[in-house]
Amino acid sequence: MIEALLLMMGLGAVAGTLLGIASKIFYVWEDPRIALVVDCLAGANCGGCGYTGCGACAAAMVSGEAPVSACIVAGADGAAKVAAVLGLEAGAAEALTSQNTCTGGFRAPEKFSYMGVNDCRAAYLLYAGAKDCDVGCLGFGSCVKACVFDALKIGPDGYPVVDEEKCVGCGACEKACPKGIMQVRKPSDRLLHMNLVTDRLAPCRQTCPAEVNIPKYINHIKRGEYDKAWLTVMERNPLPLSTGRVCPHPCEDACRRALADDPVSINQLKRFCSDWVMNKGTSLKIPVAPDTGYKVAIVGGGPSGLSAAFYLRRLGHKVKIFEWLPKLGGMIYYGIPEYRLPKEILYEDINRIFGLGGIEVKTGVKFGVDFDLESLVGGGFDAVLMTIGAMNHASARIPDEDKVKGVLPATVYLRRQGLGDPCPIGKRVGVIGGGNVAMDCLRSSVRLGAEKVYCLYRRTIKEMPANVVEIEACEHEGIEFITLCTPTKFTTDEEGILTGIEYLKNELGEPDASGRRKPVPIEGSETVIPLDNFILAIGQTTDSAFADEEGTAVSRLETKWGAIVNDSDTHQTAIPYVFTSGDCAGPPGLLVAAVGAGRRAARGIHKYLMGEDMAFPPARLRVDSRRMKGHIPGTIFDSIEGIQRKGRIAQPELEPGSYERQHTYAEVDLTVTEEDALKEANRCMRCCLTCYNKDTS
Amino acid sequence: MGDYILLAVGAILVNNILLIQYLGNCPFLGTSKSMDNATGMAMAVVFVLALAGIVTWIFEAVFLKPLGLEYMRTIVFIVVIAALVQFVEIFMKKSMPALYAGLGIFLPLITTNCAVMGVCLINIKEEYNFLEMLVSSIAYPAGFGLALILFAGLRERIIIGRVPGPLQDVSIALVTAGFMSLSFLGFKGMI
Repeated sequence: MIEALLLMMGLGAVAGTLLGIASKIFYVWEDPRIALVVDCLAGANCGGCGYTGCGACAAAMVSGEAPVSACIVAGADGAAKVAAVLGLEAGAAEALTSQNTCTGGFRAPEKFSYMGVNDCRAAYLLYAGAKDCDVGCLGFGSCVKACVFDALKIGPDGYPVVDEEKCVGCGACEKACPKGIMQVRKPSDRLLHMNLVTDRLAPCRQTCPAEVNIPKYINHIKRGEYDKAWLTVMERNPLPLSTGRVCPHPCEDACRRALADDPVSINQLKRFCSDWVMNKGTSLKIPVAPDTGYKVAIVGGGPSGLSAAFYLRRLGHKVKIFEWLPKLGGMIYYGIPEYRLPKEILYEDINRIFGLGGIEVKTGVKFGVDFDLESLVGGGFDAVLMTIGAMNHASARIPDEDKVKGVLPATVYLRRQGLGDPCPIGKRVGVIGGGNVAMDCLRSSVRLGAEKVYCLYRRTIKEMPANVVEIEACEHEGIEFITLCTPTKFTTDEEGILTGIEYLKNELGEPDASGRRKPVPIEGSETVIPLDNFILAIGQTTDSAFADEEGTAVSRLETKWGAIVNDSDTHQTAIPYVFTSGDCAGPPGLLVAAVGAGRRAARGIHKYLMGEDMAFPPARLRVDSRRMKGHIPGTIFDSIEGIQRKGRIAQPELEPGSYERQHTYAEVDLTVTEEDALKEANRCMRCCLTCYNKDTS
Repeated sequence: MGDYILLAVGAILVNNILLIQYLGNCPFLGTSKSMDNATGMAMAVVFVLALAGIVTWIFEAVFLKPLGLEYMRTIVFIVVIAALVQFVEIFMKKSMPALYAGLGIFLPLITTNCAVMGVCLINIKEEYNFLEMLVSSIAYPAGFGLALILFAGLRERIIIGRVPGPLQDVSIALVTAGFMSLSFLGFKGMI
């Protein structure tokens, strides 16, 4: 009896002492908050949070990976306690939510008739499921069974619908789905996501250079949820009012509905929902990630810089924009005339971006003059984004083009209008060029009082890169097109003031590298037209002369034809902390491309600052929206069936020939009515990769 | 040599600790819902049992037998195994963080695992020498792992099957375990 007692006591003492010593020797530092958080949790080790036990869940909460509400059993009270321990507002950390990425469901065709067990994982074992689409939802609701929060149900169309109020982001549905359709992500993960070939993308969404989720926002409009439509656009494009007005909408060229009647008027719908939000004046909450403590300088407040600022801020970084000119907006403020994009509207977009808070701006300072890379680094910025645009004009190679008085580059001509101090012009104005900038110069010349306005272009109207609607608008405004011509010299009076221009007529020869037929001048076809002013609108280049100076930090940048060389995926330049996007990073392009590039640059900077892998995944989708190439194989059709023919809605515009149209800067294209918008939204077939809604009502 | 092989085969198949001796049923049902957990648990049991077998065998030989305290065996082994598992957990957390990340969450579960206790007691009861004890302490948990992993594979398929409401989850798992046990009875005549 005594021995037994002694043995047990001895054993207890030895074991206790050993464990006590061991816990000192093998002490591992652990955030003391983890233990405090564990006390707030249910302690059931149930795994409902998606982590292995309460300890792991607490560690995830402390590191910010899991929201404080992750523990289901502890509920809202527990979340409040955890939040108190961590010094957070409950819900301040970025919440994970689940999202269904497939809109196929019942409409998706099947390869065979599956009669087996009603479960996606079972169905998947047989040839990856019966659906024709490799990545489509099988619709048996394994995700619904996996969800313990009742946040998922199979909707009326046969695919799962997430109840965002109930979803806690536990990830059970994502694990249950054999096809990877349910995706549990933080808002920042969604912002950082770039289109992949493995995604479920409609042709329009593949084509959009900004990767806007077009079918989703049109579906919101269809349901009358204009605010949600706007928020969907803002996930990819922070300038929806501006793009809604001036975008040449390459997405519409890819619209599958065009095979039956006309493409859906996507851009007008974007404009409609953004105008609705603007006119309502409602402040919609856009989620911003917790502060990371990094500061990014953006040199140039143009569309690409603004887009990058918006996404960098949403990813939690502090941003400061440095702008040379007095107003933000860059080329879309100083290049696009008032009648196409009223400055007030553009500033509505810009003010929404600044509404996020945490974005500073300094105007009237020029890079290379008032500040440089050294001063930015010294000022505590962790990364620099150069979005200085392309503000210099390209030469038309006409002798004396920079000497003759009355010859103006389009950049200067349009910028002076933007500054409110238009160049005085005569009665007869000629513009060389066939792009949208040339159209802007032509149409604003009409408004500045020119009586006769000519457009000179070396090919035919068919080859003009400008938007067709712009060319039509020029015709409506009485602008004369002189096509197939090559200006050779200026005629001047004795004071060197322009009196006219001599040109040769062209004929079209063999197609060149761009696929367009090369214009060849015809000898002896000289013609002279009298002109008071001549505007050069044949392209722009970047003013990157600052990179040529020796011995400065910025001289390490590489330039090619003025553009700053970067990695087209990460947007990083030869200097690791300097990034560049927009017009200054390559051939000047569309506003929507600059917006998309801004988001990619924001992604590159974010990954660089956070020390993550910057490269794109190999499955990156690369679509050339100009040549309409590179779409996911099998998603571009030759014909479609089951569609009732219904034409698209017309573009409402100011009456051609009216006083306002010819002589004021009043906005020409108008926003569609709600009735028309709903009608147009209902034409959208909500396509995905291969399936689409037939016979839309 | 032959004896040791016989002992191992007997421990793994014929006297399978789970399906024939019915020890360790709590983790058998608790960690068999997914293959990942089952594999982790199986590894952890092999690891802990090998250690526990050695320590308890030495304890028996050094303290209990010479002092004539064999009647205290069960209670002493409980304390020894519990302290051992705690110690291993503390040690692993510091010295082998990678292994801890894999096995860590299963270690506390093993503290109260009757299979571990059972094998330690069998080692003594069968009067194994040190080598025999070592073989038995590895072969029994190997049998445990085999049964657990087989069972997890079945359960992963059963989860997606059409099971009548009243039989879902643990009920059908117990029925399945019963059938597995019956089939393991087929090994009876092997040795």
